[in-house]
Amino acid sequence: MNAITQDRSDTLAPFGTRLDGVTDPVRKAATGALHRSGLPDRRVEEWRYTSLRFLAETPLAAPADVYDVAQIQAQLEELGLTDGPLADLPRLVFVNGRYAEAFSVLPAEVDVSLFAKTQTFGPLSCPDRDPLTALNTALAADGAQVRVPAGKKGGDVLLVSLGQTDASVSFHPRHSVTLEDGADLTLISIQAGRGRYLHNPVLEVSVGAEANLRHITLQTEGKEAACLATTYAQVAERGTYNSFVLGLGGVLSRQEIHARLAAPFATVHVNGAQMLGGRQIGDVTSVITHAAPDCISRQTVRNVLDGHARGVFQGKVYVDRVAQKTDGYQMNQALLLSENAEIDAKPELEIYADDVKCSHGATVGALDDDQLFYLRSRGVPEAEARQILIHAFLDEALGLIEDDVARTVCTQMLARSFPVAGENA
Amino acid sequence: MTQFLDISGLCARIDADGQEKEILKGVDLSIPPGEVHAIMGPNGSGKSTLSYVLAGREDYEVTAGSVNFQGKDLLEMEPEERAAAGLFLAFQSPIELPGVNNANFLRTAVNAVRRARGQDELDAVTFLKTARAAAKELSMAPDMLKRNVNVGFSGGEKKRNEVLQMTLLEPSFAILDETDSGLDVDALRIVAEGVNRLRSPSFSALVITHHQRLLDYLVPDRIHVMAKGRIIHSGGPELAQQIDREGYTRFLAEAEAA
Repeated sequence: MNAITQDRSDTLAPFGTRLDGVTDPVRKAATGALHRSGLPDRRVEEWRYTSLRFLAETPLAAPADVYDVAQIQAQLEELGLTDGPLADLPRLVFVNGRYAEAFSVLPAEVDVSLFAKTQTFGPLSCPDRDPLTALNTALAADGAQVRVPAGKKGGDVLLVSLGQTDASVSFHPRHSVTLEDGADLTLISIQAGRGRYLHNPVLEVSVGAEANLRHITLQTEGKEAACLATTYAQVAERGTYNSFVLGLGGVLSRQEIHARLAAPFATVHVNGAQMLGGRQIGDVTSVITHAAPDCISRQTVRNVLDGHARGVFQGKVYVDRVAQKTDGYQMNQALLLSENAEIDAKPELEIYADDVKCSHGATVGALDDDQLFYLRSRGVPEAEARQILIHAFLDEALGLIEDDVARTVCTQMLARSFPVAGENA
Repeated sequence: MTQFLDISGLCARIDADGQEKEILKGVDLSIPPGEVHAIMGPNGSGKSTLSYVLAGREDYEVTAGSVNFQGKDLLEMEPEERAAAGLFLAFQSPIELPGVNNANFLRTAVNAVRRARGQDELDAVTFLKTARAAAKELSMAPDMLKRNVNVGFSGGEKKRNEVLQMTLLEPSFAILDETDSGLDVDALRIVAEGVNRLRSPSFSALVITHHQRLLDYLVPDRIHVMAKGRIIHSGGPELAQQIDREGYTRFLAEAEAA
């Protein structure tokens, strides 16, 4: 353990003096932890398959406060936020990590405040354990704090993060979503941008008793961008946190989720799909903790990898001694479209209760020659036949999105990503 | 030479577990326009291989011979080009496509072929109307268009789905590879009627079968006996009854002696 208890401040060089002079006690503690751990390298088990080395190569400044309004408008149009099924939905838009009031529309039944004003960190995150969360805690400037009052239906709300920069910058939004007992919400997170930036959000999710949160994340960050996102979710009795992540963009992305089933009969879904090409790396890491009996967790992740792309799946299901009658399922499947594409899958079960039903698995394969020939023999050109089969593979995952609008949007974004970014580069 | 489909001296092999295996050993066969021919023969004689080679499956390597289809070198064409040119193979074991909706699949195929033939694509409404009518003629349950391609279909449903595809793709030459296998008498009749409806001076077919039964409904103009990778005997439709009575022994013996 010496490797991570010594001072590894040198790995923080890209952030320059931004970490100096912190006074707030929470931020100070996080900064201290970060100086000890540094940014994780591949000797740390949780980061064995995803290297952050390229972050060390460029200074990451704080983003400028000004941005090009016309360019932001163009990005919103490109994302389908001004036209189509998303156009009328309330939205909280952040540009380079700062709330952009001009582009936002507040939801009706939902209370929204801004981290920039409250400066309040939630209780669920673990900056001591998770270096990227410590980094966020030290540098967070703004974020959305969303609360749905007890018994209220919040409808669909968009949480949009746009990066837009010419310089190399990083931003670290700090979001929280709280559903009081019996509340209901669909949160659609969109992560997008242009330029070279690190987007390092932390989201703390608290789902009350019998509350239901559907959370869909559409990650379509810029080609040169990195997105290192961490979500902490806690679900109370008979509550449901149903999440889905679609990963398409970024040169490097990691969607890390820690979900805790804290009371009986709670349900967590941590599903996802990613389609990557070129030299993209996409990491889906999850830790699902069954801390109470009679809870259900489901995880289905599908990866399509072309070119030199690399997918990483680390999924751990932890079943506490008290969590009898746990029902857990986990499956990671990958379709490799090129000889140089790679998937690293590490499914883990850690079970301390004796009366549980848990299963997990992982598959890796190429497109099926028989299926390709069947389509081609019906006159479908080879490139189109391949797309049909790739779509079919991902469609089974997209079918798990319970919100119709979000599923439609994800399907459209996926179709726009064909052919797979970067092809066989 | 018929100027429609002419197979001449066709040899093909497959790489099975690292071993080159010669399967077609000089097939000569001509099918004139508007005729239905049948191929019968013992298991392992190369009937299915012939159908795959004609459809363009890449696992088989053609080592000699030629196939001329309506004035073109068929063997030079990609599978999708062959389909556009009018060739259709009804698979012996139709492939399942999980996650692919049958109606979408059919429409994609029909429009791909229409595009390649220089015809206008069909819009969704026109297509569905056509597809539903064709499915009804084959006594297919209406929900089979909504299901995933061949997934969870019974053997008979899969074969009908093949004939449905054939009907919609309007081929000039269809190969039916044991389309009768696994069908009960009623289904057999429906499938045969489906093929008979397509019969015209501009439609030819090659029917591969083990049983005379199909040929009662789908009466061929010629029957060929295939064994050990070659056509060893050809005759009229009466050949089916003879094979049914006597088996292939006599033809095999004659071929050995020749």
